Amino acid sequence: MSTAETTSAPTQAPRKINIQVLGPIIALVVLVIVGALMNSNFLSYANVTNVLARSAFIGIIAVGMTFVITAGGLDLSVGSMAAFIAGLMILVMNYLLPSMGNGVPIILVGMLAALVAGLAAGFLNGFLITNMRIEAFIVTLGTMGIYRSLVTWLADGGTLSLDFGLRQTYRPVYYEGILGISWPIIIFALVAIAGEIVMRKTAFGRYCAAIGSNDQVARYSSVDVGRVRILTYILLGVLVGVATIMYVPRLGSASSSTGVLWELEAIAAVIIGGTMLKGGFGRVWGTVVGVLILSLIGNILNLTDFVSPYLNGAIQGVIIILAVILQRGRKAEG
Amino acid sequence: MKHFAAASIVALCAAPALAQDTTVIGVSIPAATHGWAGGMNFHAQEAVDRLEEVYPELDFVLATAGDPSEQVSDIEDMVATRGISALVVLPFESEPLTGPVANVANQGVWVTVVDRGLSQEGIEDLYVAGDNTGFGQVSGEYMAENLDEGAQIVALRGIPTTIDNERVAGFEQAIEGSGIEVLEMEHGNWNRDDSFTVMQDFLSKYPQIDAVWASDDDMAVGVLAAIEAAGREDIQFVLGGAGMKEMIQRTMEGDEMIPANVTYPPAMIATAIELTAVGMVSSAPVSGQFTIGSVLVTEENAEDYYYPDSPF
Repeated sequence: MSTAETTSAPTQAPRKINIQVLGPIIALVVLVIVGALMNSNFLSYANVTNVLARSAFIGIIAVGMTFVITAGGLDLSVGSMAAFIAGLMILVMNYLLPSMGNGVPIILVGMLAALVAGLAAGFLNGFLITNMRIEAFIVTLGTMGIYRSLVTWLADGGTLSLDFGLRQTYRPVYYEGILGISWPIIIFALVAIAGEIVMRKTAFGRYCAAIGSNDQVARYSSVDVGRVRILTYILLGVLVGVATIMYVPRLGSASSSTGVLWELEAIAAVIIGGTMLKGGFGRVWGTVVGVLILSLIGNILNLTDFVSPYLNGAIQGVIIILAVILQRGRKAEG
Repeated sequence: MKHFAAASIVALCAAPALAQDTTVIGVSIPAATHGWAGGMNFHAQEAVDRLEEVYPELDFVLATAGDPSEQVSDIEDMVATRGISALVVLPFESEPLTGPVANVANQGVWVTVVDRGLSQEGIEDLYVAGDNTGFGQVSGEYMAENLDEGAQIVALRGIPTTIDNERVAGFEQAIEGSGIEVLEMEHGNWNRDDSFTVMQDFLSKYPQIDAVWASDDDMAVGVLAAIEAAGREDIQFVLGGAGMKEMIQRTMEGDEMIPANVTYPPAMIATAIELTAVGMVSSAPVSGQFTIGSVLVTEENAEDYYYPDSPF
């Protein structure tokens, strides 16, 4: 298990682990307290459900992004990819409606289409990065533009809308759930738990960290670097598909403005959560905390008249940087 | 977008052979980044296709830009490589486009400005203007007439721009003295997802909301979804704007949540292209200003504003 030790190298001393681990959680707790003090509805069931459900899209994607970044990669295309998959899914379901009729089977076909499209898109990114040996930044910058244009083209510059009847059938996937917990929250939780287990308990998770730490050493340790890398992008692609499955029933539409900047929000969440941007160390539960921090900032700013809405972006920026400082503060000493 | 690509390729191939006896008109517009712009792109393409058929002596170059600097490059390219005689431009932003368009005008090219004015007066030969203040005013007057004194509303604003500021100013002017209380205004950025989120938070924050000024039909879609999900019954209606076909249809069918709409027709780009073409091929004078008013659409007249073929 030499790889596992490599991963924890930046956090050797136990005292340092504490502040690193606690940073994002402290930020989250502070935000929750601030929110609760500012508006009494903040902790209401409806608001908590809203925030968690809207975090699910970025959250599911960010879990996949954690693996990609841990393995030393990056994916800028996920926002465009989500828009493209949403558009494709809507087109497929609308196209099949006359032959299949409205019902659960056609929704399942749509979901399958989203997963397959995500898998293919992730494979394409991974293939170009590992087999063609092009930098991840460039490949995914390229595919980002491609998917964004494709969805605009599919929609003819407008908006793709799911058939009204289908929307009614599909709607519960976003708005309903079990025991008062809506589906997006359940799926997000399951993805996060599975991601955490894969990252910490499986060979795949340790390989990701080893490759991100030093891919040459990983290669000498007989890790199939190319295969693991490509798998991280495929995993991310499939998770983008899953996020899209949860996104489409919300408004039943996709356009060129769908998923704009999701990639940066996902990357920001991953980094706030304690994963290192240069790779080598990843923390899935930290990513989940990062996603919640980002959603809460927007929510609190909407619920209060604290600052001019023009400054929302600035507040978000400050809190992102603060969260990372809190997390890395002690590291500079060591 | 595929039509544009095809059209420009055709235009490029045809140009050298016909260079002597054709007049080239350049059309520069923002890309279809939201519903309204998508409709505007559609109408621009349709006008170009129609006019190329009607006037064989006219040739069109259509370019769509994703940001102001790209639009400046497009315009420079049109002047340098296509020798345009007229330019129809819907500026992305007024400030950055003013200088470059003034340069084009100084070279003797006819300039038609659409929707957003340039920041300096007297550059353009023809100004086909959308009436943003009027848009806000008509919306505000509808609210004032249909809500009781003391009614509480929330409003969603667009992307922070001059257009948005003018609309909001017009709206605030119109509801002044009506006793309507605006609880809060927040930017929904003319985006369905953003306005869904903002509306959810409004619903958490305010236990009683009588009506919503969504100010745009894309935002109205997000607002309606949020209201439906929350199961709130206190909101009497949502007033969108710009005349998206799905919304006009619901108004036409007497949907109580969407009793009205206020137009801000994306087809104004077609008006500008047509007028410019007429100016190029005939002696009919077309210079001056042409303001396209914002009209209140209700169940009675909705049919006149329903364009099922448009993407918007």
